[in-house]
Formats: sequence, structure tokens, C-alpha cells
Amino acid sequence: MSLTPAEVRHVAMLARLGLEPGEEEFYAGQLSAILAHIDRLRELDTDAIPPTAQAVPLQARMREDEPQAGLPQERALAGAPEARDGYFVVGAIQEAEP
Amino acid sequence: MIEREEPRVGAFLRVTEDLARAQAAEADQRLAVGEGITPLTGIPMAIKDVICVRGVETTAGSRILSGFRPPYDATVIARLREAGAVFLGMTNCDEFAMGSSTENSAYHPTRNPHDPSRVPGGSSGGSAAAVAAGEAVYALGTDTGGSIRQPAALCGVVGMKPTYGRVSRYGLIAFASSLDQIGPFATGVRDVALVLQAVSGADPRDATSADRPVDLLSELEAGVGGLRLGVPREYFQVEGMEPGVKATVERALLTLERAGAELVEVSLPHTDYGLAAYYLIAPAECSSNLARFDAVRYGLRVEGGSLLETYLRTRRHGFGPEVRRRIMLGTYALSAGYYDAYYLKAQKVRTLIAEDFEQAFLHCDAIVSATSPVVAFPLGAKLADPLAMYLNDVLTLGANLAGLPGISVPCGTSEGLPVGLQVLAPQWKEATALRVARAYEVARD
Amino acid sequence: MTDSRWEAVIGLEVHAQLATRSKMFCSCPTTYLGAPPNTNVCEVCLGMPGVLPVINRRAVELTVKTALALGCRVARHTRFDRKNYFYPDLPKGYQISQYELPIGREGRLELNGRTVRVARVHLEEDTGKLLHAGDALETASESLVDLNRAGVPLMEIVSEPDLTSAEEAKDYAIALREILRAIGASEADMEKGQLRAEANVSVRPRGSTELGVKTEIKNINSFRFLQRAVEHEIRRQIEVLESGGVIVQETRGWSEAEQRTFSQRSKEYAQDYRYFPEPDLPPLELDLAWVERLRASLPELPPARRRRLVEQYGLPEFDAGQLTLDATTADLFEATVAAGAPAKQAANWIIGFRPSLPAEDLAELIRLVVEGTINREQGLEVLQEAQASGRSPAALVQERGLAQVSDEAALAAVIEQVLVENPKAVADVRAGRQQAIGALLGQVRRATGGRANMKLATEMLRRRLEA
Repeated sequence: MSLTPAEVRHVAMLARLGLEPGEEEFYAGQLSAILAHIDRLRELDTDAIPPTAQAVPLQARMREDEPQAGLPQERALAGAPEARDGYFVVGAIQEAEP
Repeated sequence: MIEREEPRVGAFLRVTEDLARAQAAEADQRLAVGEGITPLTGIPMAIKDVICVRGVETTAGSRILSGFRPPYDATVIARLREAGAVFLGMTNCDEFAMGSSTENSAYHPTRNPHDPSRVPGGSSGGSAAAVAAGEAVYALGTDTGGSIRQPAALCGVVGMKPTYGRVSRYGLIAFASSLDQIGPFATGVRDVALVLQAVSGADPRDATSADRPVDLLSELEAGVGGLRLGVPREYFQVEGMEPGVKATVERALLTLERAGAELVEVSLPHTDYGLAAYYLIAPAECSSNLARFDAVRYGLRVEGGSLLETYLRTRRHGFGPEVRRRIMLGTYALSAGYYDAYYLKAQKVRTLIAEDFEQAFLHCDAIVSATSPVVAFPLGAKLADPLAMYLNDVLTLGANLAGLPGISVPCGTSEGLPVGLQVLAPQWKEATALRVARAYEVARD
Repeated sequence: MTDSRWEAVIGLEVHAQLATRSKMFCSCPTTYLGAPPNTNVCEVCLGMPGVLPVINRRAVELTVKTALALGCRVARHTRFDRKNYFYPDLPKGYQISQYELPIGREGRLELNGRTVRVARVHLEEDTGKLLHAGDALETASESLVDLNRAGVPLMEIVSEPDLTSAEEAKDYAIALREILRAIGASEADMEKGQLRAEANVSVRPRGSTELGVKTEIKNINSFRFLQRAVEHEIRRQIEVLESGGVIVQETRGWSEAEQRTFSQRSKEYAQDYRYFPEPDLPPLELDLAWVERLRASLPELPPARRRRLVEQYGLPEFDAGQLTLDATTADLFEATVAAGAPAKQAANWIIGFRPSLPAEDLAELIRLVVEGTINREQGLEVLQEAQASGRSPAALVQERGLAQVSDEAALAAVIEQVLVENPKAVADVRAGRQQAIGALLGQVRRATGGRANMKLATEMLRRRLEA
């Protein structure tokens, strides 16, 4: 299975990874080689095999509905690239939520 | 020791001198008063840069987290603080734990203490090297496809990955959520057991941590008399296995036989498919786990004007090529039209691999093999071809896929470089793996 | 609005914030309304590196109860999945939701004699909030992110496209709200953002069984807007189709100011959520016994209660409807009747005056009026006083000597007096102008300080005047 530069562009956008000129071809080549190895999985008939839901069977543990204090605002914002008046600030969004 | 070794080895990303001194003083207090003393009190240790330490810069070996100081401790760190440990600093690793040589660190490579022109292995190369160079008595690493065991083998130290769910992942910067585990490095099996015992156990903050009693030490010195050790034929036939490594490991198996173990040939028929399954599941999970690095709440921001441009530039410059490769691979494996053929398929093959081990364990108590098919390779030797690098993990990643505990113990050298013997046990049977490794250690020395 | 050539096909997706005290996957409180930004957060809901989600048991409980109340099949195996996309109000870059194995499936809601099928009920986490400079998302040069709301438990209820009109869509949403409130799953106040609705709308030629292209309407935050937006969209689609155009499958927003829906088409890239099972949360096995206990704990739901009030108490449907607007009112009614008040009167008093008396006292008061001991006006006074003082109506009546004058002798005396003092009115009545009786009765009332049993007095006065 081979990946075209156009597909690399699509996938990179889905993952919000910028691409410099030439990188589409470069990664297309590398990813295609990896996918070529991965293609051997097709040799296996897995129709009747269930996917692994958990590597190790675990009981789902839940927590009680008890509120607890979290982080104070300054610490929540401490690492923010840009913050103002208690908010995180981001640039022009331009698009509604997907 | 650190000052002496660091210029040569480069195991650390940052040394937390003030913190270590304060903790050492506090440990002295405990020892003087005779209270709060544990086997780990006052012992200096190092932490892989993917495990969050409150207030200490933790970057996952990446530029995208440069300057990030977590406002909280990982659970294992909290437990170690309570035990009176002394934190020397954060050790180098492949970026976001993705790699087998520590060359993918955004900061600098780490060098193998046995031969500084060679890699220490990865992704926990810094932790392995710190212990091998005598800079720390023990260190924490993480293992997703072999990232503790393989560097342990290449650096000639002991390293262990516990059963999935044995140690809390809370505070571990996630790479692949269903595969990641935290584990210790030390020079001896006993120390590894002590550290693992101290950090293991259920954590209410980690829903994937198991509520099981932790008793890893009771069998430690029981020896291998009467134990059956499975030797998987496929593990001795993997592509690229160096003859010297094979020979060294076979000698180690004979040592175990002489010590009373019975060697049994077993088969893990889907071995050749493990890498393919792993390199779909791990990238898929990481592509999702790394989506939070978006320049909004923490970490690097490379301004692009609009939100979208900022995302694109930050993530292009903040992540190195291997990380970006895996994010793209993982995104592709999950994408519409490909999910069934890739991610879902890989999860089914994962079931087959887990069943292989279950079958094998019907005939043996533990499985033994080489940890790595090769000894430490020169820096730069495997960077051109991602697949060549991935092949380093063929013997270790099966245990991650199946959730099994595994340990690597030094078993000699080949061409003057360390070789590791891997012991895998069934889920929750760390005690068995430790027992076999300890018995080997005793017989070897 | 009716159009004989076309019919509308509408499905509703409703999100309800659950009435838990803490968030879905962390212990932050859910009381964030009015709080300064980013003061109700922790490392988990901020999506910091290394954090992990832990499920809030109560959120699962409330979702199971809702699924049961809607007649759903509750899953034995359920699990969470990741929905992956980038947006600044989504800290992790994915939302933990449910895709493949939701908690509830295949339920129904009875609406005005029709059945609306509920496709699924599932659980997920809410996102944070965005403020846009200058208010318009599309043109804002920057936006502010507040994550106080991120991680609040959200239940999503998706209907099949069984709704056939905008009004029905609104009624369905209101009926859902009623149920959510009755079982305590959510306050479901649309104004507080606790209930949000999205409508999928399409039209097709009347009688056709094929589905037309649908659009999704978002940003609806009141029942009225919901009805208007859907109505508008139906009309818009009909106009487009009738003029030979095609409907584009897209998301549309509702502008209350302009009274129209507008396209919010995403520009370049298609959305691909890449759902996969959440690896940080083991799948949940819902214990059958636990689910049955939750089913047993469900209160009688409003539609069933309405029917029963009509049947059991012989009340008109309007009364039953008014009484079941909330559970407390209906409870008061039934308790009051149990304490001895006649049903219709109890309904009248409760609907008319919204009393805040204990049921026994209310029943007592109603009986005093029905038996004629006091009249209705006096009853109202006693009601106010009893509510204010907490004293029992009987005690108050006694104390204030409010008991109606029902003594015939005493009344007769008063009537005689009134007749003597009002000869003109008497003459008017005798002359056939019956309405003059009112004036005389008014005098009787005044003479008795408002305490005359007016029914009796009227009877007696008439008899006296006929004599």
C-alpha cells in the first residue's frame, strides 16, 4: 500500500502538522515503506478474531461524585503561551467547531 | 559522579542539584530519627524526562514542551518522594519515547558508557546510561515496545517492564496508552525488584491500574530448580540477529540449565507480524495523545497569525521527524476508510499474539530469549531508514502487545559490547521473571 | 404551517448537562456558572501531559436512568471512544464520548399520541467556552478560552427522524426536559446552557418514503428558537427544491436577529473524527442487578402520572397537565386528597393559588370552605395567614372567629334589618329588577363583617322577598 504526496498532505492536515516544501514527497516515501511492511498483516485471516479490547482484563474503576478543588487560576495559566484576564488567548479561529 | 561522566555520556537533560540536596538532607533526617525509612530512602535516582515531576522542567525530550513545569507529580514520583528518594534529575530519551537509540531526543544524543561512539539504546537511553555509568543507583524509564529492556541490554544493566496495569501511568506523558508502562533500571536484579515493589500498586487516578496485591520479592532467591523455561524458536531466527548475540544468549541459557532449569522449545508463530501490528497501534494511539500539544495552554507556540497557521507551525517545529512520522502513520491508520484495514486489523493480530503467549505458557513458566537482536550500534548508523530502527524492537514489543512483564539482565558481551538476556512471564507473574533473572545473575557471578 | 405537497422529516439531537456535583472524568466541581475564567479546572480537564480520565459513577447512573425512562435497551457492555478533532475549547484534542457501544439504544417517547423513537442515549464530556473578539467567530482576530466547563458530564439523546413538524420538534424537546427533571438527571434549563438542541431537517414530497438531503441546525438555545429555526429551514428547503435547486448537506446556524438559518459550511477540509476505543478507560460491564435497582428507583414519569390523575381522580386533562408541571405540585395534590379534600377542589386551589401549605393543612382549609364554615374569600385570607404563620387553618378560623354566620336565626335578624334600611332596593326587587338583590346581599355581608354564609343568606333573602 503506497501513500501519495496528496494523501500525506491530507493526513498532515488532519493532524495539524505543517509541511515544508518537499516534505510531502519525503514522508510519502518513508511512510510507504513502513506501510509495505505493515501490509503483511493481510496474510492473516482475522475475520473470526475479536480485536483486543484490553491487553490485560481490567475492571473499569469509577469514582464517587465528590467535588474537589483543582488548580488556582495562576497555576492553570502558568505555562500558557498567551493569557489575558484569566483566559487563554488564541489567534483568529475563523471556523465553527467541526 | 555526574559531573565526571556527563561530558562523556550525556545521560541527563537537566540535573536537579538543589532538589537532590534538599531530599538528601531530609533523608538523613529520617535515618537519624529512625522514622520513615524504606529501602529507597536517601538513594539517588534519575527520572526519564517523560515522567512528570512537580515544578521540574519535564519536556519528553521534545522542543514542544521546552520550559514546561508540571503543576503536579506523577503517582510514581509521589510514591518515591514519600519513600525518601533523592531525585538527581531528568534523563534523556527519544522524543516522546519514540525510538530505540535516544538519537531522536530534540536536545542531544546520549552515548553508551561502554563505548561513547555508540548508542545506549532507547527510548530510555538516558536512564540506562546513567545507571551504567554509575551516575545514579537506579533510574526510572518507560517501556512501550521495549524502551526499558532494550537500552538495559545495550548498556549492560538490568531493566524491567511490569505487567500492563501494575504501575500507575498517571503523570506519564503518554505515547501509546495501551502499551506504556513505567519500570526501573539498576545494576542488579534485587534493586530492580525493590524499586518496582515500591512504585507498583493500584492508583485511583489511573483507571487502567490494577487492584492487585504487589508481592514481587518473596520468590526472588528461590532459584530456577524445577522451572521450565520456554525458548521460542522464532525469537532466535529474527531478521538481523547478530550471530555473536545469539551465541552469547545461548550460553546464558546453558547456564540456566546448569542451575536447574529445564529448557523447553516453544513457538510464538505470529512473531513476524508483531512489528506490523505494533507500528499501527502505537502510532494510532500516539497521534491522538499528542493532539493536546496545540500551543494553547502550555508548551511551545510558533505564531502563525491564525489559529490554524499557529497549529501547523508549532507542531511542525515542535515535533521532530520521527514523532511526525508516527503521528501521520497513526492518523492514517485511524482515518475514514482505513480504520478496518489498519487499526482494527492490528488489534485483531494483537489478540493472536497474546494467544501465542498464552499457549506457550501452558508449557513453561517463563520465556527466555535475547532482548535485542544486536549490540549497541554506532550513533547515526540507523537513522536513514526508519524500518531498520524499528527492527530493534522485534523481540521486545510482543510483551507490550500482550501486556506481559519482562526483564533484561546482562548475560555477557559480544564484540566487547553488552548483551542482554530477556525473561518474560505471564501477566502478574513479575515474581517469576525476577526469580529467573536473579538465578541467572547468581549463576553467572 | 402546512404544505400539501411536501412533508418535513426532523430528527433532534439533544445534549443535557447532568446534575452531578463533579465533572465527568475529574473531580472539579460542576458549579462554574458565573465563576471567573479558568478557576474551575485541574490538570486533568486542562488536558495537561500525563493526565488520565476516571469515570464519574453518578454520571453513568443518571444516564442509565434516562435510558430506562426513555424505554431504551441498556447495554450490558458499554465503553467510551475518542472523537478526535482540533479546536481550542477541546483541551486534549479529542473528546471522550461514546460511539460504538452507547449506554442506551432503541428507546421511545410518547408525544401527543404518537411514538417518537429514540435512537441512542450516550455519555460524553462537555467542551470549554470561547469568547470571540467582536463577537463574530468568522471575523474575530483572536478568541479567549475558558475551560471551566470543559469536562462537565453531558448526555446526548438522539432521536430517529420521526418528527414531522417544527412544533412537534419543540414539543419533543419540552417532553424530554420534563423527563430529565422528573428523574433528577438534569436541570435541563436551556437558558443556562444545560440543555442544547440540534435539529436535522429535510423535506420530501408528501407520501414519499425516501429521505431528502438533510441539514443540521446548530446554535439553538431556546424552545421558541428551535421551533422558528426548524420552521424557517423547512420553508427554505421547499423553496430551494421548488425552484429547481438542490439541498446541500451542511451545518447551518440560526440567527434570531435575522430570523433565518445561514450556512456554516466548513471550507476546505472534511471532518474525520477517527473514532477509536478510549484506551485509558477499560470497557464497562453494567451489572444487571444494578440496572434493575435503578429502574425500580425511577419515579412515575409525567405522561403516566397525568393519565393516572385523570383516571384515578376524575380530573379534566387540563388540570392534570397543570398539576404535573412538576413533581412537587403533583405530590401535593395527591397528598391533599389523601388527607380528605375532594379532588376537584384540591386541584382548583392548587392550580389557582399555588399554596405552600402542608397537605394536611390544605386539606383542612379546603374542607372548611366546602362545608360552608367559611366562604372562599375568607378561605384565601386564612391561606395567606396560615402560610405566613405556619398555624393551622382550623386554629386560625377559631381564633379569629371567622366561622361564617350560618346560624339561620342570626341571619334572619340581619336580613330583616337590611330590608328595613333599604326600602328602595326592596321595591326594585319586588318590581322585577332581580339585580337589586346584589345590593341587598352586599349590605348583609357588610352587616356581618364579611362573615355571612352568603349562599345561605341569598336563599333566605330570596324566600323572604317572595313572601
